[in-house]
Amino acid sequence: MHLIVFILFAVFCLAGAVNLLLQTHPINSALSLIVVMTSLAVLYLLLGAEFLAAAQVIVYSGAIMVLFTFVVMLLNAGREERTLGSKAAKRIGFPAVVVILGVLSTLVLHVEGLGNAGPDNPITTTEDLSRVLFHELLLPFEVTSVLILIAILGAVALARKGHGDHEPDNKSAQEGTVAK
Amino acid sequence: MTILEFILWSLLKVAVVTVVMLLGIAYTVLLERKLVGRIQNRWGPNRVGPFGLLQPLVDGAKSFLKEDLVPQGVYKPLYLLAPILSLGCALISISVVPFGEPKIGPKGLDLFSISNVNIGLLVILGVTSMGVYGIALAGWSSNNKYSLLGALRASAQLVSYELALGLSLVGVVMRAGSLNLRVIVEQQSKLGIASWNIFGGFQFVAFFIYLIAAFAETNRSPFDLVEAESELAGGYNIEYSSMKFAMFFMAEYGNMINVGCVATLLFLGGWTSPFGDLISPPQNILAHALFPIMWFVLKVFCFLCLYVWVRGTLPRFRYDQLMNFGWKWLLPIAILNIVATSLWLAYR
Repeated sequence: MHLIVFILFAVFCLAGAVNLLLQTHPINSALSLIVVMTSLAVLYLLLGAEFLAAAQVIVYSGAIMVLFTFVVMLLNAGREERTLGSKAAKRIGFPAVVVILGVLSTLVLHVEGLGNAGPDNPITTTEDLSRVLFHELLLPFEVTSVLILIAILGAVALARKGHGDHEPDNKSAQEGTVAK
Repeated sequence: MTILEFILWSLLKVAVVTVVMLLGIAYTVLLERKLVGRIQNRWGPNRVGPFGLLQPLVDGAKSFLKEDLVPQGVYKPLYLLAPILSLGCALISISVVPFGEPKIGPKGLDLFSISNVNIGLLVILGVTSMGVYGIALAGWSSNNKYSLLGALRASAQLVSYELALGLSLVGVVMRAGSLNLRVIVEQQSKLGIASWNIFGGFQFVAFFIYLIAAFAETNRSPFDLVEAESELAGGYNIEYSSMKFAMFFMAEYGNMINVGCVATLLFLGGWTSPFGDLISPPQNILAHALFPIMWFVLKVFCFLCLYVWVRGTLPRFRYDQLMNFGWKWLLPIAILNIVATSLWLAYR
């Protein structure tokens, strides 16, 4: 049962990713990315990471991708024009990318001893996760949040520069998009 | 319980809940028209059936029978997908809502909720956050200026208020120590009204933040900028006709019911009685099963009346006011509420 669901959503995920690259219209690409992220959430769920799955849907599919589509709509971006890439790039480039990715992933899996998780993993509850995050990894967690805070402040400062100080309403809207 | 039995029971529960939900949506529309009518000192629909009670059925038949127009300039795949997405997301959230006593039913079956998930609350938030795509895609694919403006407003508004909405629920989750909706309700059941999160849990600030953010999430007045008739002539759904328009309409009311369910579960004690253990539960198994459902429906009904009351009373926000209010007031207050609740829980 788990295996069937896994294969189904893995196929969805890959199909979405390929579609993302092939589509010429930005909004179709954005929608394919939503499919990829949502099927990733299902895969997380199968691995027993329920909180991560929910966070993936809420944050990535629900908030960040809304901003993507928002920007596409706002700019009303048109179709992408196909460029005629050189044949050499197509013939050598794609196999080269596949080989490099394959080597890298096998290396990482071997060195780190990862790759043990399977569809029958026990469920990691939200409580376990928060215990790890807020007890054992408290310092890295806090450092990361400071980093994100700095990024937000930087983005707000940059956004402010272009507009001048006469548009308070615009600013708050941008703060909103950045903070997400 | 074998897997076949499980699937059959689940299908049965899904069918019953969906039918009840759709009927609820239809009659919420009637409730709104009636109540707003009385607020505005007129009768509201009263011609079809006694007290206009058959009006929703007639409206449904009307929208089915109307011609289904697809304008020429639309981007067809997304134009057709949008209403399905909207209504789908509105109907999915109810699947994790528990609406009755858990321990009644054959073979330990949970009869009064479709599924009991550890992360029920997050599932609801996730599904709600996906619901915005229905509106956004409808507005964009219609190839119409007013629709596009409506869609842009919807995306910005929903992303902004989702944050305040999520943060307002953190206090409740901290008190219960779980994201499971059943656990959250059972934690409020002891003393009845005195142990509801809104009173005994001192989460009334969170309740009001949730209320305001939820009104914005469902695009209801005073936050109905997405479909502001006087500015956008209907907004995102302007190019839709017949049943496709009705699907957006149903999605809006479905979301209202979902918000009412979540507010009931998190702040108003869910299916438990407001008298708590003062009145011992009835011995009759049927009464024992039906009373909790009655309390649940009653609470959701009161919440829906509040929705309509607010719609009949408050004027619409301006767009900059909306953004200012969300980011400069709601969000900080929600964070303060989390800090206060955690201090209280730590030094109690």
